[in-house]
Amino acid sequence: MSDTIFELPLEPAGVPRGRAMIERADWAARAFASYDAASVQRIVDAAAAAGAARAQEFAEWAVRETGFGVASHKVVKNLACSTGIAAAYRAADFVDPVVDAAARIVSVPRPAGVVLALTPSTNPVATVYFKILLALLTRNAIVISPHPYAKAVCAEAARTMAEAAIAAGAPDGCIQVVDEPSIPLVNALMTDPRTDVIVATGGSLMVRAAYRSGNPAIGVGPGNVPVLVDASADLAAAAKRIVESKAFDNSVLCTNESVLIVEDAAADRLLDHMRRAGAHLLSDADRDKVRDLVFPDGQVDTRWIGKDAGAIARAAGVRVPASTSVLLAPFDLVVPEEPLAHEKLFPVLGIVRVASAGRGIDAAKAVLRITGEGHSAAIHSTDARTIMEFSAAVRVLRVSVNVGNSLGSSGLSTNLALSMTIGTGFFGRSAVGENLEPKHLVNWTRIAYNSDASVPMADFAGIAPWSAPQGVVPAYPRASNDPGAGSGGGAAATARPDLVEATWPGGELREEIRRLIIDELNAIVRG
Amino acid sequence: MFWSCIGLVFRYGIPLWCCAGLTVTEASVSEHETALDYGFFSFASKAEVLEKSKQFWNPDKTTFWSESGVPLVIDRREDYFIYDVSGTRLIDVHLNGGTYNLGHRNPEVVQAITVAMQHFDIGNHHFPSLARTALAEALISSAPPGLTKVIYGSGGGEAIDIAIKTARHTTQKRKIVSIVKAYHGHTGLAVGTGDDRFSKLFLSDQPEDFPHVPFNDLDAMEDALRGRDVAAVIMETIPATFGFPLPEPGYLEAVKSLCEKYDALYIADEVQTGLMRTGELWGITKHGIAPDILVTGKGISGGMYPIAAVLVSERCAGWLREDGFGHISTFGGAELGCIAALKALEICSRTETRSMVHYISDFVGRGLREIQATYPDWFTGIRQNGVVMGLEFAHPQGAKFVMKRLYENGVWAIFSTLDPRVLQFKPGILLKREVAEELLDRVEVSIAKARNDVLAEAGGLR
Repeated sequence: MSDTIFELPLEPAGVPRGRAMIERADWAARAFASYDAASVQRIVDAAAAAGAARAQEFAEWAVRETGFGVASHKVVKNLACSTGIAAAYRAADFVDPVVDAAARIVSVPRPAGVVLALTPSTNPVATVYFKILLALLTRNAIVISPHPYAKAVCAEAARTMAEAAIAAGAPDGCIQVVDEPSIPLVNALMTDPRTDVIVATGGSLMVRAAYRSGNPAIGVGPGNVPVLVDASADLAAAAKRIVESKAFDNSVLCTNESVLIVEDAAADRLLDHMRRAGAHLLSDADRDKVRDLVFPDGQVDTRWIGKDAGAIARAAGVRVPASTSVLLAPFDLVVPEEPLAHEKLFPVLGIVRVASAGRGIDAAKAVLRITGEGHSAAIHSTDARTIMEFSAAVRVLRVSVNVGNSLGSSGLSTNLALSMTIGTGFFGRSAVGENLEPKHLVNWTRIAYNSDASVPMADFAGIAPWSAPQGVVPAYPRASNDPGAGSGGGAAATARPDLVEATWPGGELREEIRRLIIDELNAIVRG
Repeated sequence: MFWSCIGLVFRYGIPLWCCAGLTVTEASVSEHETALDYGFFSFASKAEVLEKSKQFWNPDKTTFWSESGVPLVIDRREDYFIYDVSGTRLIDVHLNGGTYNLGHRNPEVVQAITVAMQHFDIGNHHFPSLARTALAEALISSAPPGLTKVIYGSGGGEAIDIAIKTARHTTQKRKIVSIVKAYHGHTGLAVGTGDDRFSKLFLSDQPEDFPHVPFNDLDAMEDALRGRDVAAVIMETIPATFGFPLPEPGYLEAVKSLCEKYDALYIADEVQTGLMRTGELWGITKHGIAPDILVTGKGISGGMYPIAAVLVSERCAGWLREDGFGHISTFGGAELGCIAALKALEICSRTETRSMVHYISDFVGRGLREIQATYPDWFTGIRQNGVVMGLEFAHPQGAKFVMKRLYENGVWAIFSTLDPRVLQFKPGILLKREVAEELLDRVEVSIAKARNDVLAEAGGLR
């Protein structure tokens, strides 16, 4: 409304609406925080299944809306971040109190309350799904502010999960999404005192703003992943894994390999295997054309994010085989003024030859000095000593070994926590150094007994502070003298299980989705 | 950010940026008891305000409140808080009948009219107007089906008069039926619909034209309508000043049917039940009733600029086609009021707001029922529909005792003028969770103390 006839500024229309969303979320969080484990499980399963049912549709929509990535790869992420997450945490319990008789401490989980989730354009739907399920698993209300490039698909994705969650008994307003994100709105949401924690995935500026907000924040820094291949590695396997990882979703995951560092002794063989796997080694002249295209004047041109190798090559005027999925751009020196040493969210992989594994470690450190500290690195090696030396030297908090890093560091093809938000810890100016998981959204109240064993400790077995909601939450406000209103104002319980059956996929579909995920993941891991 | 400091900027109702020549300072305001210097005016003390209030304004009212244990002179006001000039903070659950439905000086409403003042004023009531047209369209799109045109008043009383005149013009009949102990305002015609207390004082009772029938009594209503000489029945969806006695299930619906049967119009007075207070934008829609005329006031002003509106069906809009100058009101539909109303209506209509009202209604209702369970012999009943609530106590003047103790404990709620057994309890529709929790804490203690007062001083519970 800035160009109305008025001289005084009018607050952008979405800002007060955003504050209302936080307020509503605060009420929802209060209600949700007393739900019991069985209700939470039912809600999580319902939301996850609803998300999975539209994984394909939203994958295509996301590519259409953002122009980033590969739809079939996004399907994998969308499934992993819906039913995959639900399955991964089926055995976990963020709801019931835990009694440690030996320590004489009882721990009671306490949700954060209102989670403000900022989600990126590169992994839009997967991150929305991921954060919603983390919030539901921990009984938090969540308000999602998606990246403007992906706002439509994210809004629909969030609503899909929200409707299923509500139908399964979740409190009204526990999942909300901003339709028209803007900087003033995001600022207002981040600095709102009712926002209990910000989970920021996105650009550095936004992450730093989250930390400056005055509210608790979990923001993660950017990646710039070095991958070292030493002479001890299974070069054929390494080549295939790196190429597939770099090509996955056209490199939009922040965990994608940025600079390949290879020992001279193995380099020619590795490159030969990579060529067969779909990588194309650029000549120095072609490399310069590609560099000028994607880093004009040394600055990244974001229009190329998530575009495929063929499109980039064509635009640069470089001829490559039709099957090319990754462009290999050789350079010698890892320094800030070399654009190719910076993060590349497109399938252009820098490649640096080094004389030894030791020199390779130095190069990897140099990559991370430019950007990406605290994030991820990868190594392909069979030598424990080299792997340890590398891992203890590079300033990252996860090193994927003998696996593609895109899905390795994000936990899809390693046993790290499956995550769309990679904690960069103190190295990367973040509060969390692990892959974001549900536990990061819950605190525990510790009931601590006198350590003197002669002071008796009560038996807490079977004492549960939480309960299943009675009817819809909140009750519809019927007149207190309405005979259908129960004890004054409260609506009679609705037949929720019927509703749930009607809106979430039944057992067969769920099985089908689960099988689909496992197949997809296996296919990726196998290469 | 601009908005986060609005509370400071407008702390004294005066934008500090234009205060250079005025003498409002933190120091002068913090020394309330010795000096109340507001720049526009100043008083030496609260005592002086009360004295001059008696001298120049309303001696009876001024004295009444002091003697009732509510010596309130409101200074600051923000959110759902009002502050006495002594600095005491009160949670407002009176809201002037819903005028402060959105809180005091709701920042969005303040911003809207502040900005609008750069361009608009009251406007000229004769001419088609930008703001009046925009608000009329917004009101009609929000309204129950069948309402097509809007007539503006400067306040609820005038709006009721307009509704009555419209009904009379439409039906060419004079009688207006209302309920015993009704309150629809104190203007010339509206006063006839209400309790005699307010009309006889001014020799303004008009019993022939304004028959009153007992509430919830369908036989009495049918008797009043049977002669087919009634222009309209006017009903508050829940009668506020009577302490919010709830219509028995089916009562309003049956009244509407009787209106149709005997060719009378149904005027829904939604001044206190509209604007999401029952959990729907208009309380009457919860009864599935499409009224012929709907009146809104109080809260539609956003608490910032007086305005009221009458929404009428096409059938009732005859005089607007025949003689549009039939009712003239210089301030009715003042354009700044229209801006405030547009914003208020928008806020009330939000999905988020509706959801919050349901939460607040549920939470406060449960909390009150828990308190009631502790003092069942004293706190005898809860009338509730959304955040419209009447609390019943076991003494004919019970609510006055509770009001006094609430005031001492930081809550402002008013007894029902026409049934002082009942306390009107009207939480705001944007009430924050922690304020709702605090409110219940204060209410519990106050109700307990008032019970002791009645046992000790007022002849016990009855």
